[in-house]
Amino acid sequence: MLRGGVLNGLSRASGQRHRRLMSVWKDVPKGPEDAILGVTIAYNKDENPKKINLGVGAYRDDNGKPFVLSSVRAAEARIQSEKRPMEYLPVIGDKEFLSNSLKLAFTEDNEFLKNDLIASIQALSGTGACRLGAEFISRFHKSSTGMPLVLMPSPTWANHPGIFRDGGCEVGKYRYYDPDSCGFDLEGCVEDLKSAPVGSVVLLHACAHNPTGVDPTMDQWEVLSETIKRAGLLPFFDMAYQGFTSGSLDIDAGAVRKFVEDGHRVMLAQSFSKNFGLYGHRLGTLSMLTDSDKEKMAIESQLKILARTIWSNPPIQGSRIVNEVFKDNSFYNSWTEEMSRMANRIIDMRKQLSDKLVELKNPRDWSHITRQKGMFCYSGLSPAQVEAMKEQFSVYLISSGRISMAGVTSANVEHLATAMDAVTK
Amino acid sequence: MAVAVKKKSFLDGIPDAPPDPILSLRTLYEEDPAEKKLNVSVGAYRTDEGKSYVLPVVKEVETMMLDDPSLNHEYLPVEGLKEFRDATAKLAFGEDSLAIREGRCVTVQALSGTGALRVGLEFLSRFYAQGAKVYIPEQSWPLHRRIPPLSGMGEVGLYRYFNADTKGVDFTGLMEDISHAPNGSIIVLHPCAHNPTGADLSFDEWKRLCTVIAEKGHLPFFDAAYQGFATGDLIRDRFALEYFASQGIELMLSQSYAKNMGLYGERTGALSVIVSDKSIVDRVLTQLKQVIRPMYSSPPAHGARIAATILNNPVLFDKWNGELKLMSGRILEMRTALKLALQKLQTPGSWDFLEKQIGMFSYTGLTGPEVDFIQEKYHIYMMRNGRISMAGLTTSTVDYLAGAMHDAVLNAPKGHL
Repeated sequence: MLRGGVLNGLSRASGQRHRRLMSVWKDVPKGPEDAILGVTIAYNKDENPKKINLGVGAYRDDNGKPFVLSSVRAAEARIQSEKRPMEYLPVIGDKEFLSNSLKLAFTEDNEFLKNDLIASIQALSGTGACRLGAEFISRFHKSSTGMPLVLMPSPTWANHPGIFRDGGCEVGKYRYYDPDSCGFDLEGCVEDLKSAPVGSVVLLHACAHNPTGVDPTMDQWEVLSETIKRAGLLPFFDMAYQGFTSGSLDIDAGAVRKFVEDGHRVMLAQSFSKNFGLYGHRLGTLSMLTDSDKEKMAIESQLKILARTIWSNPPIQGSRIVNEVFKDNSFYNSWTEEMSRMANRIIDMRKQLSDKLVELKNPRDWSHITRQKGMFCYSGLSPAQVEAMKEQFSVYLISSGRISMAGVTSANVEHLATAMDAVTK
Repeated sequence: MAVAVKKKSFLDGIPDAPPDPILSLRTLYEEDPAEKKLNVSVGAYRTDEGKSYVLPVVKEVETMMLDDPSLNHEYLPVEGLKEFRDATAKLAFGEDSLAIREGRCVTVQALSGTGALRVGLEFLSRFYAQGAKVYIPEQSWPLHRRIPPLSGMGEVGLYRYFNADTKGVDFTGLMEDISHAPNGSIIVLHPCAHNPTGADLSFDEWKRLCTVIAEKGHLPFFDAAYQGFATGDLIRDRFALEYFASQGIELMLSQSYAKNMGLYGERTGALSVIVSDKSIVDRVLTQLKQVIRPMYSSPPAHGARIAATILNNPVLFDKWNGELKLMSGRILEMRTALKLALQKLQTPGSWDFLEKQIGMFSYTGLTGPEVDFIQEKYHIYMMRNGRISMAGLTTSTVDYLAGAMHDAVLNAPKGHL
């Protein structure tokens, strides 16, 4: 570090002469603590060797360790071996990456893609994509109430309301999770969507609903598609787990592709955090289906303006990694294989947990554990039971009862089952 | 494919946004079929071969990182990488800074300078005096004008900055305007290598400005995008920051590592807030996180790791210092070369200012019509306000530019339209 400074000549006593008596920030209130982080903090303090952290929203391998995909490592090595500059990306992001994103989401055969009618912009992962979408909606898509309105499932990812509000939208809810069945409340959902103001935006989790793990079946998506069409609403898909949910990229994008087939001009936020394990690279895409080249150009020009004043241009490293993987068949195959392995490890943990609870002859119906999909499981545990799990068994999860299945391993699943059994008997 | 829904798309009628003045020049340049062309508009460093430059120390660190099995791609915390945050504050304010030692400086990682400004201004719009206005220099980076309204801070005010006669700072005008701004205004300041003019305040002028700012209770918001790049000396370039902090001024700072570490596309930067009372720091941090989380959740790790590694390792730090001196040295050479070339051609005007101005950019004094003339005849691209990027010049292109400028000054249409 640099020793000394140009101020060495100044005596210490002469400094601080303009120090305020009262800070201009004195009235800043303390912001709310992050609930999820709180879980990890408490977990870290716990000294019980059997402790389990079920709060984390990132994949862990069967040893509870973060996992870097070998295709990603290989892609990075290749990037490093070439003498590539670290220049600014264009505001819109990397063109090759955007093309890869769209292929991934919509398939190469999609008519909109083939006719270059999809407006897209690289964004800082799913959050950034949703935020750009929100900023766009608030300026260009008011509902019949005169305000830009975005409806989200109840419950939804904790960050969603803040993203859309800070982006300038009003936020509303529609029924989604049925606590009795620990499943999807189709009737409630349809009722709420039917009564929504025309022109509202409907935020939908494309797969692996966060936090519940409850996804509509394809038949139920059919009903939703019809309902949304009749109600004159605009679907905005948040797809953070394509490939990560079932192991299949195509199955997981099923709802999005179906809606496109049905004629909806969907908006889509994609994240590459989980399926590529690129969490810290902040890689994502916002895309919008348009009807003409003119529309596409106009929309992209507006999205660029919005992005320019938040981050100027997106980070480059993650997009390069994805491009390398797409370019090389062996990398690509390695990626899909490892992604599928991650998904299947989680599916396996669900099964093991469920089996063990049955073995323990716990009276509750735990079938939702295997019915729910993706990283998260809404266990149905009450806040009091969650507390007991922590106190008595050093098992840490969020008070909503959300379990991150990524934190479950073959080594700890038995302890988890024991704990769940004990607090629910 | 299924039937398209034949109703009016909500996207119908979305207007085309106006193109970005700096970035569209790059497009024009790239699409220009002329054999001989030159781009002196974009502010990215180029070597004397006209190539982009990855700093050797950065490359070295990336290789180290690749081989480090303990590194992964996990999320950073919302506030960013701790080693980076701590080190970047020390780089800005000095390792011995009282503000840092007393725990009164809160720093969050940000998406380069743009991101730091945006987060800082959003924070201000929520927690700073209602109705306070942001003032920027009359000549400044275009985004300084655009970001405040989008952050809820309203339209910016201007303070005089550039003296077109001396091609230096109009310090009297600057002091007058800042003194007349309502108490508690937010003043955006370039601590060194002013963009676009290259005209910087002297140490003495910074001290006098500090007194006025303190008297008026203004909140200075420094935008430091060129520390180390201006004079080649990291310590000299941070004088204003160190001085203001040492005087107990509450301030905000945006830092960027895009140019000085060549990390452009990695979006590596930081936002710091220095407060007078340590007990406030925690609250400020939680509220900064509240701005960041719904914007992009957490910052990208790659660039911050590189920067932190360099800043915290004395050997790497020295290497970086050396490479900075090389880059800033080349720019100084180009300034001198252009000045000499114009003097040799006996182009009308005094060209000494080219050497007096500092940093990547220079306000040449060329008028709009002269800039247009140069673009059309010589396929040389610069901003219409006459700003050129010295970093885009090379020993093989200096004479070409000088010749074009000479021709324009003599033969381009007069006037300023």
